Amino acid sequence: MLLIVCAVVLGAGTFAFRFAGPALRAKVELNARAEKLMAAAAVVLLAALVATSALIEGTEFAGIARPAGVLAGGVLAWRKAPFVVVVLAAAATAAGLRLLGVP
Amino acid sequence: MRSIQRTLGRDLMRDIGLVCLADGIVGLSYGAIAVSSGFEVWVPMLLSVVVFAGASQFLFIGLVASGGNPIAAVVAGLLVNARHIPFGFAVGDVFGKGWGRRLLGSHLMIDETVAFALAQEDRRRRRAAYWACGISLFVVWNASVVAGAFAGTAVSDTGAFGLDAAFPAVLLALVLPSLKDRGVRAAALAGAVLAVAATPFLPAGLPVLLALLAVPLVLVGRNEPDKTEAGVNA
Repeated sequence: MLLIVCAVVLGAGTFAFRFAGPALRAKVELNARAEKLMAAAAVVLLAALVATSALIEGTEFAGIARPAGVLAGGVLAWRKAPFVVVVLAAAATAAGLRLLGVP
Repeated sequence: MRSIQRTLGRDLMRDIGLVCLADGIVGLSYGAIAVSSGFEVWVPMLLSVVVFAGASQFLFIGLVASGGNPIAAVVAGLLVNARHIPFGFAVGDVFGKGWGRRLLGSHLMIDETVAFALAQEDRRRRRAAYWACGISLFVVWNASVVAGAFAGTAVSDTGAFGLDAAFPAVLLALVLPSLKDRGVRAAALAGAVLAVAATPFLPAGLPVLLALLAVPLVLVGRNEPDKTEAGVNA
């Protein structure tokens, strides 16, 4: 029972976070500069997610294989490789390194 | 659906499909891990429908399974999901009009849908990418969690497939075009460094939010592009 309540509360709170941005945005007319800042904020958050999820597991360094895979994918994306290649290369690099015993 | 297909084109549909595949395998492992750590099958399924945010779901299950207080697990999960507030400001114009679209569109707001939408150049494509990615990921995520929960411990180690590297690589590939702007690049770099540096010391979720402190760098880069770029990147 407590678990159901907790799951629903987590869901409701998360939904409130998701709904807040669009709702507030509809009320306030944003100027071009603020609009630009909002888009930039999302990019900054996503970049921070890339960095933390590539480098860290829990509170510790995630090892070599994962960041190496992300780096391989990133370089390919930068060289304008197709998205499919980027994702498969990232996964294959990490999996391959682990197969070779690299953590 | 057919009009979405026309707007997006084959390539983008394939990209979204690929992300669905990767997330589907993560969903399988999430369902399997939850059940093998002692939860009944409905718990991971309920969380996937009502929360629909992988990182906070893993965190919730992990904290409760290791004997933590469920209320503390809710607080931790909410902290991880707080980044959706600024996400909403950035992509709030892609839902379209009407309450139905706003409610459903909000629920589909996750890292992947936001990144796919931001990577598109015009508004029509942004909207189509957001909805196509959001709806397919919702379906795939929930179906794979159900499958994982019933299959038990089928796939508990996504590391063996390198899937833990796929998620950051996907986000990176989607964010790269936005980094062409010098100010945005400086802010993103500084934010990423801040978040990584803070991770050992702060609870999950906070480091990523801390990156927002770097957002004002966007404006610095805009006024004097050449000088500031050299200064910030050095």
